[in-house]
Amino acid sequence: MEEFYHSVTLDEDKCKGCTNCIKRCPTQAIRVRDGKARIISERCIDCGECIRVCPHHAKRAIYDPLTKMDDYAYTIALPAPTLYGQFNNLSDIDYVLTGLLDMGFDSVFEVSKSAEIISDATRRLIRQGGLKMPVISTACPAMVRLIRVRFPDLCDNVLRLISPMQAAARQAKREAMARTGLKKEEIGVFFISPCPAKVTDVRSPIGMDESWVDGVLAISDIYPRLLEKMNKIVTPRPVAESGIIGVSWANSGGESSALIREQYLAADGVENVMAVLEQLEDARFGELDFIELNACPGGCVGGVLTVENPYVAKARIQKLRKYLPVSLNHIEQEDDMTELWWNCKLEYAGVMKLSDDLNEAMDMMAGIERIVKVLPDLDCGSCGAPSCRALAEDIVTQKARLNDCIFILREEASSAGIPVSFYGKEETGAKEET
Amino acid sequence: MTPITKRYEVSGDDFTHAGEASGKVKTLLKQIGYHPDAIRRIAIAMYEGEINMVIHANGGFANVDIYPDRVEILLEDTGPGIEDVDKAMEEGYSTAPDEVRALGFGAGMGLPNIKKYTDDMRIESAVGVGTKVYMTIKGQ
Ligand SMILES: Nc1ncnc2c1ncn2[C@@H]1O[C@H](COP(=O)(O)OP(=O)(O)OP(=O)(O)O)[C@@H](O)[C@H]1O
Ligand code: SF4
Ligand SMILES: [Mg+2]
Repeated sequence: MEEFYHSVTLDEDKCKGCTNCIKRCPTQAIRVRDGKARIISERCIDCGECIRVCPHHAKRAIYDPLTKMDDYAYTIALPAPTLYGQFNNLSDIDYVLTGLLDMGFDSVFEVSKSAEIISDATRRLIRQGGLKMPVISTACPAMVRLIRVRFPDLCDNVLRLISPMQAAARQAKREAMARTGLKKEEIGVFFISPCPAKVTDVRSPIGMDESWVDGVLAISDIYPRLLEKMNKIVTPRPVAESGIIGVSWANSGGESSALIREQYLAADGVENVMAVLEQLEDARFGELDFIELNACPGGCVGGVLTVENPYVAKARIQKLRKYLPVSLNHIEQEDDMTELWWNCKLEYAGVMKLSDDLNEAMDMMAGIERIVKVLPDLDCGSCGAPSCRALAEDIVTQKARLNDCIFILREEASSAGIPVSFYGKEETGAKEET
Repeated sequence: MTPITKRYEVSGDDFTHAGEASGKVKTLLKQIGYHPDAIRRIAIAMYEGEINMVIHANGGFANVDIYPDRVEILLEDTGPGIEDVDKAMEEGYSTAPDEVRALGFGAGMGLPNIKKYTDDMRIESAVGVGTKVYMTIKGQ
């Protein structure tokens, strides 16, 4: 199995060992051990949910610093369309793009351009037929990874086209190489990202050998600098080259509506997505052509590295796209499409499996069932696992002990003659006496 | 090998919980490492039976025995029973009330689907007593 690179990590100093993240992690990938949260690497899908819920800001996204630009002779900014929704009273995308140039990028290449190409390619593929329906979008890397670890039966439904970011990076770099005569390594392509999941997709891409993106910057990180430059612009340079279809990819439903078909479903927010995928697995939907999935509420506008509220950003993007043409980028020749294809299938990574040996897994499951019966069924999280059942799983896989459950511990203590009050009540008792 | 045995109460009161038992079984099978195709067939068949108990019989119980090579499911209810089982098995036959049809049920495809996705199925039903649906799905 390939290595699981992660862009979400823990800041040990800030972690208080509370239960917020273990409870909300959609793949049950976090445990609290020795008072600190631990991420189970193979289960984590980099959705950023724990970053969103941690009250102590102990979960951090990894991305590149702006200084990484200095490593290259020529730099290209690749803004995600979500960036356009971050500014108040923005009337023209060119202000954002000009601002990026003024920040020191040698050129900009809008990811929304490539989004239009991917939309075109998707339309053609669905029209041609032969795909397993409904087709599931692969633009959100967290959702691809969710399917990979949780939904074996849906791995063949995913759209095997590279994401707009990856397509944009390749095209931008090739064009720049031709324009400047510089070598591939001398040109730095920087994606301006709404989320850590995209960082993961750059460092360990699925469906391609190597990403053409050289650095990933956080929207929230460049925001103040960019805003400052934008405020100084007198006349923006006319660089924007995408239409409604490309820009709309920032919002949930954008990718779907670009297909100009009626039978689609767009789900956003990890919990909603999981519910949809469960139903999809049971073949509970009738005719559907396309399923769009976004880990973040509202779509990429809800990414954890954005600055603006997702619904505000969404409204702004809706306003911005109003006077744009429908689409400015199309596939010129069918041949161009072959490059957009993944080079492999999505392989199910059965990380929830108890054992590779079915009989052994059966034994372990029987063990879990026995343990669950003695646990209090409170799912309180005090043991460090998200539920009593999860603790039972950890016990049979020898990652935890039965008396990690505080209720079991209390029983053990009292039957061993240690007074229950030993665990806290004594102090109050003492106070009453004085 | 002794099976892993689960028994779920399928409530007839709250329609919005329908499908939960089959969802739980699906999770167990993934953890055990069942083949995805078998999981899909089991999930669909059990789901259809579970929904039938909710819609037609005011709930019941789902008993599931998981073996390494097969899953045996018994859905039992004390609902109205099925008068003509052969007819109920026909595609398109349904007595589902209008309010559930509005939600997309009532195509009369549930029992035929169970037949299609299982390796073996059997219905025992008596009017006024209840219904038992037995099904077996092979693992691989
Ligand atoms: N557990 C049950 N108790 C009583 N009647 C049942 C039960 N299960 C099925 N039936 C009867 O058999 C008929 C056919 O069932 P089937 O599942 O094939 O179709 P449906 O439930 O009506 O519609 P669909 O499953 O397509 O939503 C039902 O309409 C009902 O009359
Ligand atoms: S929905 Fe968009 S912002 Fe959120 S994780 Fe997926 S790609 Fe990133
Ligand atoms: Mg039915």
